[in-house]
Amino acid sequence: MAQVSITVNGRRRTAEVEPRLLLVHFLREHLDLTGTHVGCDTSQCGACTVLVDGRSAKSCTIFAVQADGSEVTTIEGLAKGDDLHPLQDGFWEEHGLQCGYCTPGMIMSSVNLLEDNPSPTEAQIREGLDGNFCRCTGYQHIVNAVQNAAARRSS
Amino acid sequence: MSAAPVLPKLVGERVKRREDPRLVQGHGTYVDDVKIFGLRHAAFKRSDVAHGRIRSIDTGAAEAMDGVEAVFTGTQIAEFLDPMPIGTPFPSPEHRAVATDVVRYVGEPVAVVVAADRYTARDAADAIVVDYETRPAVVNPEVAMTGHPTVIHADFDNNLAVPLVPSGTGVSPDGKTVDDSVVDKAFADADVVVSQRMVNQRLAPTAMEPRGVVAHYERGKGTMTVWSSTQNPHILRTFVAKLNGMGEDEVRAIAPEVGGGFGAKINIYGEEYVVSALSKRLGLPLKWTEDRSEAFLATIHGRDIIGYVDIAATRAGKVLGLKLRLIADVGAYNMLLTAAIPTLTMLMANATYDIPAIRTTLTEVFTNKTPTDAYRGAGRPEATYFVERGMDMLARRLDMDPAELRRRNFIPADRFPYKTQMGAVYDSGDYAKALDRALGNAGWQELQRERDAARAEGRLVGLGLAMYVEVCGLGPSASLPTGGWEHSQVTVERDGRISATTGASPHGQGNETTFAQMLADQFGVPFEHVRIHHGDTGVVKQGIGTFGSRSQAVGGTALHLAGAKVREKMAKFAAALLEAHEEDLVFEDGRISVQGSPDTGKSFAEVAAYAYVPVPLPAGLSPGLSEEAFFEPANNTYPFGCHISMVEIDRDTGELALLRLVAVDDAGNLINPLIVEGQIHGGLAQGIGQAMIEEVRYGGDGQPLTGSFMDYAIPRAADLPRFELDATVTPTPVNPLGAKGVGEAGTLGSTPCIVSAAVDALSGFGVTHVDMMLRPEKLWQIIHGGQA
Ligand code: FES
Ligand code: FES
Repeated sequence: MAQVSITVNGRRRTAEVEPRLLLVHFLREHLDLTGTHVGCDTSQCGACTVLVDGRSAKSCTIFAVQADGSEVTTIEGLAKGDDLHPLQDGFWEEHGLQCGYCTPGMIMSSVNLLEDNPSPTEAQIREGLDGNFCRCTGYQHIVNAVQNAAARRSS
Repeated sequence: MSAAPVLPKLVGERVKRREDPRLVQGHGTYVDDVKIFGLRHAAFKRSDVAHGRIRSIDTGAAEAMDGVEAVFTGTQIAEFLDPMPIGTPFPSPEHRAVATDVVRYVGEPVAVVVAADRYTARDAADAIVVDYETRPAVVNPEVAMTGHPTVIHADFDNNLAVPLVPSGTGVSPDGKTVDDSVVDKAFADADVVVSQRMVNQRLAPTAMEPRGVVAHYERGKGTMTVWSSTQNPHILRTFVAKLNGMGEDEVRAIAPEVGGGFGAKINIYGEEYVVSALSKRLGLPLKWTEDRSEAFLATIHGRDIIGYVDIAATRAGKVLGLKLRLIADVGAYNMLLTAAIPTLTMLMANATYDIPAIRTTLTEVFTNKTPTDAYRGAGRPEATYFVERGMDMLARRLDMDPAELRRRNFIPADRFPYKTQMGAVYDSGDYAKALDRALGNAGWQELQRERDAARAEGRLVGLGLAMYVEVCGLGPSASLPTGGWEHSQVTVERDGRISATTGASPHGQGNETTFAQMLADQFGVPFEHVRIHHGDTGVVKQGIGTFGSRSQAVGGTALHLAGAKVREKMAKFAAALLEAHEEDLVFEDGRISVQGSPDTGKSFAEVAAYAYVPVPLPAGLSPGLSEEAFFEPANNTYPFGCHISMVEIDRDTGELALLRLVAVDDAGNLINPLIVEGQIHGGLAQGIGQAMIEEVRYGGDGQPLTGSFMDYAIPRAADLPRFELDATVTPTPVNPLGAKGVGEAGTLGSTPCIVSAAVDALSGFGVTHVDMMLRPEKLWQIIHGGQA
């Protein structure tokens, strides 16, 4: 067992964990933050995407012990009280989700994308979300959602 | 004085979804998010051979592990769990949830572990050692049909799951007498016949949420609650109760938030039976969550059917006859609907055309692969693909515009309802209108000029077009062993808010929104005052579920009918309060009042309160405002449309790029066009995925070659263009809403129109057909074949 101390959504959390425990399972099973999903076991679908020290990362590909001392933001930590994050609003507004399973990861990746490039072109959005799969939407409304959020942020 | 604001009508509007605020904040509860005190975790040991007899299973090391509660082999499970039920009338081999003796595909469960946590459960499953006496495997259905090199099920000679079944012109309804004379004459009279063997390859449905189940048997009460990632909790309840020797009243099935289904979550799977049975046996709550790599083996696959297509026509392009010989590879076992899916391919062989003579035959074959079953479209994309590719080949042979060939053969708009050679009765249609709209939106002639200009520069650009018609809104009950109706209960609560239940079980379709739109309009109340409950047999009394694009056409109609009953009763209460005639009342803007004098009315909530404390009780009325309705459709609905694509193939790499995808879909009346567009986008992506990049592959030894996202591609954002959508509206007479259903439409036209576009792009190389998927090396070889 190893001790980890990770600041998750602004709260410091300390726990004894197996060294092999994945960050995604630490979040979901130790902290009950079940908004972060698991969609694969080969680090491809992006359903598990969170922010680690402000950069998007696949939490199924990091051991909890590797995140020791980091700041992690999950989908649950994105809204400010009742105020949705512009990307959450954008996905709602543009019907950027259907079953919602890919959505938390899609939004967290998009947060990073808009940090790096506040007004991306459609092609840049499609490239930027290359590590996130969605089986429901065909991506068009997701692209619209990210554009919507970009416009909101700049206004 | 300004008039009170009138609530806008919502049906037909692009209303934002009710579901989304919880989902965009990570507050949805999917099955793996369910936690119960004392929860244990299950893991399955699965066969790693495609065909073999289990000589021995050593569970000792697993049992000795810390945290392991119990280990069960298939033989032990068979002592208390009957074989899995089948939902079709076809004879089926015995299928055990956990194999007892012979394994028949890689991924078939052979043992199950119950442990304190999921990591331990997995470790223990890995520690089980199974010794197999391997047998030859067969993965090619046309080889399997010979009975060599192996017979997979003893009672099924030559591996025939369904021996040849004929259908179409001259076949009696029971299939027993077959008269080929009309079909033979059509082919004898033809000027041209095009013939092609086509493969509609095996696909993995791949909902982003893998499957999962939690079962909680409560000893004290003798009841069980089962949470499952399912499309149909009521069917799940029926079968889980049956296999556990319990009454349906003793089992509650819950489909919590479900992360996509695409047909794959219709089935009731072995894991659901085993987890519920073990929860009951051990008296513990138990969870199993599928890994993605497990899903590629253990969740049903889709399609996998070979079609031998022959089309007979005159020189002028009039189709005289069609033959379609189908060989479906169903994998190792029949699942719930496996055997029935390819029959839908036969049913839709008439496509959108007035073809006077059709002969289809169907053979279903067992192989050593994962079982197939419904995948989005389920039988209809296959029919569309075979016929539309055939029509494209015919157009090419006749040197005729593919659009013009279609037009010459359409069932005319004034011929509906139209009985096809296959026995279907198409409800309504205007195919020429959809075609014209799509041609106009695409700028067909301009595109043809662009293509020709690009070709003159040496670029490989192609255009494809496909029409489709599908069968949706499943029932009626005669066609579905589970029953083909849907159920709803609508309640106006004491405070005037509305609760409604629906047996439809949405997993992305947005029925909490669309159904609330309908009731808000029906009762003239704010959208926010309506709540739709679904996916819980403890709350929703009856239901069938969500598949076959039936939610709106069947479930929506049940909701509408239940709502109408409540409204009628409420009008009687209001009439008594207002001393008016109920026929004169209007429900508008949160009030019930006499037409023309809104100020005299009562608020909706006042009337609701009166109905629950009815003093005095109006004559002939009972208290309360809650009514239910079952809706059994008299027929299916037949949505249709036209998809057009433009592709370019890179001469140097063989890579295919989809430049444009223009779709015109006619699903009848639409409740929420925003949600409808989303459904079509998703369907298009899956149809495009089939054409371009998706294929489940096996080695000759039955070993899967596509066991993860490393090897099985699903479309990513950058693989797809911006879709260009439009709709024509031809309401159905089958239900009072005029709605046909749209969940699967996108998968129908997109696939053949892309393959036809690729063939068009490659026509200079003498190509008339290319089987899917259109992967670069295949196209490169066509381009460079001579020089390679
Ligand atoms: S679950 Fe992390 S990438 Fe799929
Ligand atoms: S919304 Fe279902 S996977 Fe993206």
